[in-house]
Amino acid sequence: MFKERRVDPDALLATIEKEGQGKLTVFLGAAAGVGKTYAMLEDAWERLSEGVDVVIGWVETHGRAETEALVRGLPVVPPRQMEYRGKEFQAMDLDALLARKPAIALVDELAHINIPGSRHARRYHDVQELLAAGINVYTTINIQHLETLNDVVAQITGVTVRETVPDRILEQNAQIQLIDLRPEELIQRLKDGKVYIPGQAEEARRMFFRTGNINALRELALRYTAKRVDRQLESYMRVHGIAGPWPTGEKILVCISASPFSAQLIRIGRRMAEGLQAEWMAVYVDTPRRFPVSEEEKDQLAKNLHLAEELGAETINLTGNDAAEELLELARKRNISQIILGKPLYSRLWELMHGSVVDKVIRMSDGMSVHVIPGNPKLLQKRQKVQQPAQEPTRNLSFFLTYLTLLLIVMALTLVASSLKEELGVVNIAMLYLLPVLLSAVRWGTRPSIATSIMAMIGFDFFVVPPTFSLTVADIRHVITFGIFLVVALFTSRLSTRLRQQVINSRRREARVSALYSLSKEIAAVAELEPVLESIVKKVAETIEGQVVLLLPDRDKKLELKASYITVENSFFNANEHAVADWVFSRGQKAGKGTETLSAAEGLYLPLRTDNEIRGVLGIRSGDPDTYFEPEQLRLLEAIAGTSSMAIARVKLAEQAREAQTLAESERLRSALFNSLSHDLRTPLASILGAVSGLLESDEVYTKEARRDLLQSIQQGALRMSRFVHNLLHMAKLEGGLVQPNKEWCDLQDIVGVAISSLEKSLGDRSVNIKINNDLPLVKVDFTLIEQVIVNLLDNALKYSESGTEITISALQNEKEIEITIANQGPKIPEEDMKRIFDKFYRLQSPRLVSGTGLGLAICKGFLEAHEGKIWAANRQGGGVEMIFTLPLENQPTVNDRLVYKGEL
Amino acid sequence: MKSKGARIMVIDDESQIQKLLRVALTSHGYEVAEAATGQQGLSEATTFRPDIIILDLGLPDMDGLEVMTRLREWTKTPVIILSAKEQEKDKIIALDAGADDYLTKPFGMGELLARIRTAMRHSVKVTDEPVLKFDDLVIDLAHRKVLVQGEEVKLTPTEYDLIKNLAIHAGKVLTHKQLLIACWGPTYENDTHYLRVFIGQLRRKIEANPTRPRHIITEPGVGYRLV
Repeated sequence: MFKERRVDPDALLATIEKEGQGKLTVFLGAAAGVGKTYAMLEDAWERLSEGVDVVIGWVETHGRAETEALVRGLPVVPPRQMEYRGKEFQAMDLDALLARKPAIALVDELAHINIPGSRHARRYHDVQELLAAGINVYTTINIQHLETLNDVVAQITGVTVRETVPDRILEQNAQIQLIDLRPEELIQRLKDGKVYIPGQAEEARRMFFRTGNINALRELALRYTAKRVDRQLESYMRVHGIAGPWPTGEKILVCISASPFSAQLIRIGRRMAEGLQAEWMAVYVDTPRRFPVSEEEKDQLAKNLHLAEELGAETINLTGNDAAEELLELARKRNISQIILGKPLYSRLWELMHGSVVDKVIRMSDGMSVHVIPGNPKLLQKRQKVQQPAQEPTRNLSFFLTYLTLLLIVMALTLVASSLKEELGVVNIAMLYLLPVLLSAVRWGTRPSIATSIMAMIGFDFFVVPPTFSLTVADIRHVITFGIFLVVALFTSRLSTRLRQQVINSRRREARVSALYSLSKEIAAVAELEPVLESIVKKVAETIEGQVVLLLPDRDKKLELKASYITVENSFFNANEHAVADWVFSRGQKAGKGTETLSAAEGLYLPLRTDNEIRGVLGIRSGDPDTYFEPEQLRLLEAIAGTSSMAIARVKLAEQAREAQTLAESERLRSALFNSLSHDLRTPLASILGAVSGLLESDEVYTKEARRDLLQSIQQGALRMSRFVHNLLHMAKLEGGLVQPNKEWCDLQDIVGVAISSLEKSLGDRSVNIKINNDLPLVKVDFTLIEQVIVNLLDNALKYSESGTEITISALQNEKEIEITIANQGPKIPEEDMKRIFDKFYRLQSPRLVSGTGLGLAICKGFLEAHEGKIWAANRQGGGVEMIFTLPLENQPTVNDRLVYKGEL
Repeated sequence: MKSKGARIMVIDDESQIQKLLRVALTSHGYEVAEAATGQQGLSEATTFRPDIIILDLGLPDMDGLEVMTRLREWTKTPVIILSAKEQEKDKIIALDAGADDYLTKPFGMGELLARIRTAMRHSVKVTDEPVLKFDDLVIDLAHRKVLVQGEEVKLTPTEYDLIKNLAIHAGKVLTHKQLLIACWGPTYENDTHYLRVFIGQLRRKIEANPTRPRHIITEPGVGYRLV
């Protein structure tokens, strides 16, 4: 969002005047007690008197009489009662407020942390939701609660504030109103007991409210406000095309690690980016040496990345052997102009051994400014203590077993060594002792290998080196042996640990990539939604070893459970969880366990989004409900969610396209049907009515022959109509899926015979040549349906050929089917019409006047499809057209010519 | 109205069809009684004592099939079924239940009159003719012989059985089931393929052009008749 805000003016304009988004008015103060809430309430009264719909969502009076007096009389959305750890709490009723939808909502203390179990972790999330709902919000905040100023404030006052608000909240669409008060006045108010600061001891409070401190905070607040005003002016100038000195295309790269100190770097990066109006990114390089091993480290790294994202940075994760090289490579690729690095905390010696990343970056950063920021160890320790669960070292059975095994190995070796020392000599035996040291280093790491080297040394000294059975060393050279043991142990263990780490590292990545790859492969070519969803939930469940649900919206945009992978008996997915999923769907943000929103939920819910549409929600519950997802897993899940939403979108789009096509098709058909009805029903009707009325009205006028003619035309008209209705009924049956062939064994010759005899009259002088072998197998079909097919094809062959020409019916048998061909000697069908002639109401453009409904061939096709047969047309080489259809051949039934029973009917 | 002609009872609820049949049949010398419902038809049949009953399967008050079975409980009067296309299955059930013939709407008057004549013939005929003639086809029941154009045709026992059954009920449709039970026994009543195979063989022996048979006529989906 940061990028879009500054890159082009249109986007800028868009953010400034976001449609439907509420406006945020922030009453900013330097410290508690300056009267922010009071000022906000006063403002509210003014708005109320102007007739604006103002409502109190949440106001903290801290028992101050003046404030309470102002609250009285203002409309209030009553707070919600909440229970947490057995105690009753009051909290802002967000849903009631959203439902009430006032023009302005007053929400005090933007930095407040909500009671666990609330929808959002932080009040500013609540405010964001209100703004998104188009409600204007008045809120208050102290300058020390601003995320990027947090460190600075901590430096000034010595107090670290945990309740921080990301700067972007105040930068999007927000008006800042600074509430300022002279320090003396504030201190006086404090003395009068009018200032309330939560959770602070009397002493700390006094330390905080010193004139110097207050003035420093005031300066910060004033400067912040000034900068905001400046920025607004700048945007205004930019939007209105006023020329001015525009910031250059600076790009800032902040290098972070799993250290809590990185948070400081991120804030500095953010401030710098803000000042320079620059794009910025935070990068973390995975090197084998720096790979975060412990859970705390992983956690910290995830937090750091999250913070950077929160503050508007693009976060990048690189992997490589040399951190400095990877950093510079990225910097060059992305045209970075400034690099921010932390000043290393490690010792000079370590630097000598491993080389300094900072040095290398500085040396090789052509054209880039490098900022090296010193860490604040005090701050660091303080922060580190927060939220780090004490972990018991895992001294379990296997731990002791390792050492026991090593001890046994060394003892066994000593036994061998002491008996062989004459043959081998002391030096070779010392080499033998290296083996367990190497083994332990490779297998179990540093500590066991050091222990082994000590054990080996003791064994060697006590049993091998003279004087034996004493720990004294006669020869100084054996001290060197011991030293070498230690060095080997250390080096090897380091090396193998690193290798192991690298393997784990690459394995994880590989798992991630292969999971994604196999998923996308699985769902790439599937056109149906259901198998796609099944594949997704299965893949996710396999990846995280937990339960998975997938919800998609139905036609009314209501989320429905579409697929789930639940291994245990009772699903975690209940009505509450569904509500969380609904929230995720409506807002397009992740929520649930491990996030800041609705974190009391059992599952984590990710939106499945493509471009600008949310396609559904993926809900995941880890197999072990007490663990949170690691950032690595989260990333994979998000990637899967991305792939999944693309696949869902693809299937949905294909479905929509199909629907649209069907709609267009049915539209075309309907008009064709109307045309056909009006023509094919009206024409015979007209001739019937004409002839009948003639006969009825003036019977005596007509001669016997004329009367007969009229009657014949009535008969013809009626027959034509009957055929048409017949065809329409067949078609309707086919369309309605009502054609269920009543299959029985039939003789094709028989069917052809019946078909020909039913067309006897229309045959006239045509000869029908039937080439069907007597030994043609029986077919299992519906007699009447196939008869209809042949009748229609014959009728067609007759209509599209001259009288006197021959019609041929032949049948061929091949392995799996019988092919029946009905051919005439009529004019060719144009190639482009070959397929379409089997469409409903499609009529060939023929010079001859051919009457018909355009349904005959479509009915043939439908009936044959019901028999798993095919039909197509072809022009014959020697002239004429042939229609070919196939019927599947089935295993012939057995027939014995044996009289089993003789009966009379 | 001539009262000498055969008495025909028409059970059909459609007044158009009623009118048509009344005009056509009385003109051909038949005496016609009409009933618009199944109930009415059943009760009037006992008083009218018709020689032939024309029964529409689609009646407003009760199933045509039920009327058929209730009629057969007390009378052997020939029944000709009138049915619409959609009642294909009912038609066969009605035939199996003892109806003598059927016509599918729309039908030609000539066809109906021919069916009436056939049905009359069967009901009137008492004495068994030993020799049955169908143009060039002669079936000598007494000697178990079949002649085509004067020449004897060799038939297998099954083939003979088949043509004999068809010939005895000449002109009348015999359903697959009826033929199968008569020639092969009740356990074969659904094995239509036997019929297909043997009818094909028979036709090749007795028909001049087996693909365009003149004697053994297929009634699609229903059965066969010999003419």
